[in-house]
Amino acid sequence: MADRSAALRFGTGADALSMATPAPGDLRRDLRLIAEMIEPGARVLDIGCGDGALLAYLAREKAVDARGMELSQSGVNACVRHGLSVIQGDADRDLDAFPAGAFDVVVLSQTLQATRRPRHVVEALVRIGNRAIVSFPNFGFWRIRLSLLWRGRMPVSELLSNSWYETPNIHLCTIRDFVRLCDEIGTKIERSVTLDRHGRPFSLDPRGGLANLLAEQGMFVLSGKAASVRS
Amino acid sequence: MSTVTAPLLKHPGKEWPGHTLVVSEPLRLDCGIDFGPFTIAYQTYGRLNAERSNAVLICHALSGDQYVAEPHPITGAAGWWTTLVGPGGVLDTDRYFLICANVLGGCMGTTGPKDVNPAAGEPWALNFPVITIRDMVRAQKLLIEHLGIEQLFCVIGGSMGAMQVLQWASSYPESVVAAVPIAGSARHSAQNIAFHEVGRQAIIADPDWCGGRYLSLGRNPAGGLAVARMAAHITYLSEAALHRKFGRNLQDRNAVTYGFDADFQVESYLRHQGSTFVDRFDANSYLYITRAMDYFDLAAEHGGSLPAAFPGTQPRFCIISFTSDWLFPTSESRALVHALNAVAANVSFVEIETDKGHDAFLLHEPELFATLRGFLTGCAEHRGLTRFWA
Repeated sequence: MADRSAALRFGTGADALSMATPAPGDLRRDLRLIAEMIEPGARVLDIGCGDGALLAYLAREKAVDARGMELSQSGVNACVRHGLSVIQGDADRDLDAFPAGAFDVVVLSQTLQATRRPRHVVEALVRIGNRAIVSFPNFGFWRIRLSLLWRGRMPVSELLSNSWYETPNIHLCTIRDFVRLCDEIGTKIERSVTLDRHGRPFSLDPRGGLANLLAEQGMFVLSGKAASVRS
Repeated sequence: MSTVTAPLLKHPGKEWPGHTLVVSEPLRLDCGIDFGPFTIAYQTYGRLNAERSNAVLICHALSGDQYVAEPHPITGAAGWWTTLVGPGGVLDTDRYFLICANVLGGCMGTTGPKDVNPAAGEPWALNFPVITIRDMVRAQKLLIEHLGIEQLFCVIGGSMGAMQVLQWASSYPESVVAAVPIAGSARHSAQNIAFHEVGRQAIIADPDWCGGRYLSLGRNPAGGLAVARMAAHITYLSEAALHRKFGRNLQDRNAVTYGFDADFQVESYLRHQGSTFVDRFDANSYLYITRAMDYFDLAAEHGGSLPAAFPGTQPRFCIISFTSDWLFPTSESRALVHALNAVAANVSFVEIETDKGHDAFLLHEPELFATLRGFLTGCAEHRGLTRFWA
């Protein structure tokens, strides 16, 4: 089974146990940005929660009702060992069991591109969460475009670190692709943030061409409520 | 089964170590009978705190009993969860007050078919009412109330113990803070019922069973019970574990004997399992308890909807399965997770990689211990439970 979190997170499994209770400064920058968007006491589901770094931080700093879902057994076990409520599960298969509006916020960080049915997953996110925070590597980033153009080979970068034949990332998209998907399924984008490779934010209109060219990652806050009036 | 020779049950009516509660008020059973008075035999470890908030109910499996962490009074074998229980252990006796009661219908002190029916002056045998998992849990609830405990910090158990945990969460959700069903299921599958039926028929076919009246007649269907145990024991292991432990190795010989002696180590092992079991277990109890497991189907109690079985504010769950468990496979636990997700319950779910099969919950399985310790510590901190000796 592909360990999707291991492919994109910088540490998983037993060697990263210390991450389960990180100091605020230790939390990965993009996760810290997500944490800032979450209200204290909220009901949060982190899908693809890896070793639980974000959940542990949210539980401690913001007293949220923190739940997680993770594909890899090592990630789940590390989380539960640290007292986090995490289930072994797969975003493609296991989101349908949750009722609508079960969570205030559903987080899908750097995982969408590894799902088999990304559209179904995004629809599930906005169904079960009042808000969904989705981040993913932007395949329209200029270096990726250049790499393909000049080298003629599938890009390998810090964020997309696997060769084409072993990557768990089977559904890569650009920021523009994602915005179009949101339009298609009638999901309202409440907020968008473009990030560089280190997770540092810079503000560009996600619908403009510049964001799609300059951002290495995209992070979107989707509104779950708009999903009920799908076009 | 000429190779299995067992004496009569050695200790009919003997007093076992531990505590007993005599319930004088009749208990309404699922079968419609008001049963009582009856006795509940139980053991405790650790001590109850002043707030009575640190009680952990341990639910034993089909062939288990209340001797969780001390030598068995008949066999002298170590308690079945000795690996978990003790000061500083996963089930920390410096923090928790552990309770384990022999189930209704059992044979280690709680009233069961081998006990004397006062109305008839002889053992109940098949006149004992058919009991269910819910009846067992009802009896446990009476015990907990008797001990003055309003809310259990945790209910935990493996296999049939997991069924009781789920029944607790379903029947008395407000009385449980944390629920830990290990290697369990919300219903007994057709395959599991089939295996139980083989075991029961082995007992019933033993001429010493005598229509269940063997105790009154001074006999004991040890051969049938041993075969039942042997067949069941295979289901508790995995093919990989059997192969790892025994392969095709021969028992105390260099070549096969062209006969039906125990040539293979695996045969010898199973015969040993069978013959030691009959020393401590009552054949009719085996019939009744396997039946209780067969009847268990939480969804059926709620119009076929498993989520409907978990009403109100549910406890925090930690559901654990084992990759090589084909008796209660991970798919059963996952169905449970989905049902609990549907009611937005707080669930952790861990599938542990092991080749030890269903019995992994009884064995030295470090990943199981680490999972339980993490979950329970998290819940204890949430509840503000501290250790007596920090």
